[in-house]
Amino acid sequence: MSTGTTKLDVVVSDVVPVNDLVTRFHFRRRDGELLPTFSGGAHVVVEMRDGERTRLNPYSLMGSPLDTREYTISVRRDDVGRGGSLFMHRSVKPGLEMVISYPVNLFSLDLRAKKHLMLAGGIGITPFMAQTAQLAGEGGNFELHYTCRTASLGTYADLLRERYGRRVRLYHDDLEERIDLDRLLSSQPLGTHLYVCGPAGMINWVRDRAAALGWPQETVHYEHFAAPQPGLPFDVRLAVSGKTIRVGSQQSLLEAIEAAGVDPPYLCRGGVCGQCETNVISCDGKFIHNDHWLSEEEHRSGRKIMPCVSRFEGRSLVLER
Amino acid sequence: MAAKTIISRPIYGTLSPQAGKHHLFVADAEGALAIKDMAARAPAGFFDGAEIVFIAGPDGKYVAALEALEPAQLHIAPSFASLLPRLKQTLTNAHMGLRLYLAGTEGLIGQAMQVALEAGIDHTSMQTEHRGSLARRMQCVHCKGITENVTTQPATCSHCGLLLLVRDHYSRRLAAFQGVCINAEDRSEIPPMEEIFR
Repeated sequence: MSTGTTKLDVVVSDVVPVNDLVTRFHFRRRDGELLPTFSGGAHVVVEMRDGERTRLNPYSLMGSPLDTREYTISVRRDDVGRGGSLFMHRSVKPGLEMVISYPVNLFSLDLRAKKHLMLAGGIGITPFMAQTAQLAGEGGNFELHYTCRTASLGTYADLLRERYGRRVRLYHDDLEERIDLDRLLSSQPLGTHLYVCGPAGMINWVRDRAAALGWPQETVHYEHFAAPQPGLPFDVRLAVSGKTIRVGSQQSLLEAIEAAGVDPPYLCRGGVCGQCETNVISCDGKFIHNDHWLSEEEHRSGRKIMPCVSRFEGRSLVLER
Repeated sequence: MAAKTIISRPIYGTLSPQAGKHHLFVADAEGALAIKDMAARAPAGFFDGAEIVFIAGPDGKYVAALEALEPAQLHIAPSFASLLPRLKQTLTNAHMGLRLYLAGTEGLIGQAMQVALEAGIDHTSMQTEHRGSLARRMQCVHCKGITENVTTQPATCSHCGLLLLVRDHYSRRLAAFQGVCINAEDRSEIPPMEEIFR
């Protein structure tokens, strides 16, 4: 059960290949009405019905929040993932009826900021597409620094340059262009807020440097949806519902709990929001924590797990669920 | 020490050295001792990047204690009003990496915080430590006038003369506690006035 969200019945109105790895999907409501209002940084969870399997993956909304006739997401193809992005790329065509969640924003702009400094890496550009559109409409002060592997994989880089000119700065890995991060962070006016979305390594680097250079943590915002990682199958006892389940190698623990007919709360399904936090009653083995929600101390304690992205290896695991 | 009564009533912490490139201290009276105490816990060279703005009071007490910390800049001011243009100028030209530390009376902390909020610093990002008097800066909710250094309950508005109950309800935007007429039904009813905010 997704907490606080209701489902939206949508139809795929367009599918647009953007480059070798990224495809954009447009959704409209089946009843022709406007979609719910959202703010830049919001995501939706897309239900993918793939034969027997249902996957639920979060994607940032990348259209302008000023236009709710349609929602757009961009999906980067991951050939070694669990298949959600491949399903989107191969099986989702215009006219397909799908179900998505209401938008939820765990990466919103702090509109008290005097300036918004945005750092994107790769497909992490998508929430900034919506945020820049929102700020540009309100005359907001922003600056976007976007790192991509090559110019041809710089998803929407041309569009952003065209829209915002010098407010967008591009860095290409293949040309060995790097952000001079310390200099960038040290030259921002007081009242700037920092937003970072990209690979985990980039987020950690930016957060570490910002903290060392005296950026208060309230001014540093980040989002990284961890995709559930495949792994070894394992068995779990659900103490409250009295069931024993097996988590398949390509399945997340949350998906396995749902497949057994138990309906735990969830929101982002990416280890970010904290809704699906579950207490561990007992365990004999080791956890593979992949979330950004629990503290390191909680990870070490072995008493909590985020079933949307984390796994277990060992002899026995009993959860309070 | 201020106790939490209602959610808007500010509570203050203990100054602690933060990571950062520049450190700006604003203090009055015994607030100097909070800075001195913090200095004992600060890493070597911390005050090389520090500026202290201090309202010393007529006796100039504690100035020597601050000089001994050898901050990059020490500015002694006769009153908050007189240091305000300098504080605003410093914050306007500042970059991210500046950390703010406020120490001393509630009135000083609140008014410096008010300026810093306008400059874009979140109140939770500021270090605060209360030292010295508990006297309150109060706004009369009726005439909107501010009365400084209120020590009694109830208190008389220095603008309109109404007798006001000094509430714990605090406004960060105004840097003042709210004072509400205590005998609006019957002005002849005069509750006893006690000195409680010393």
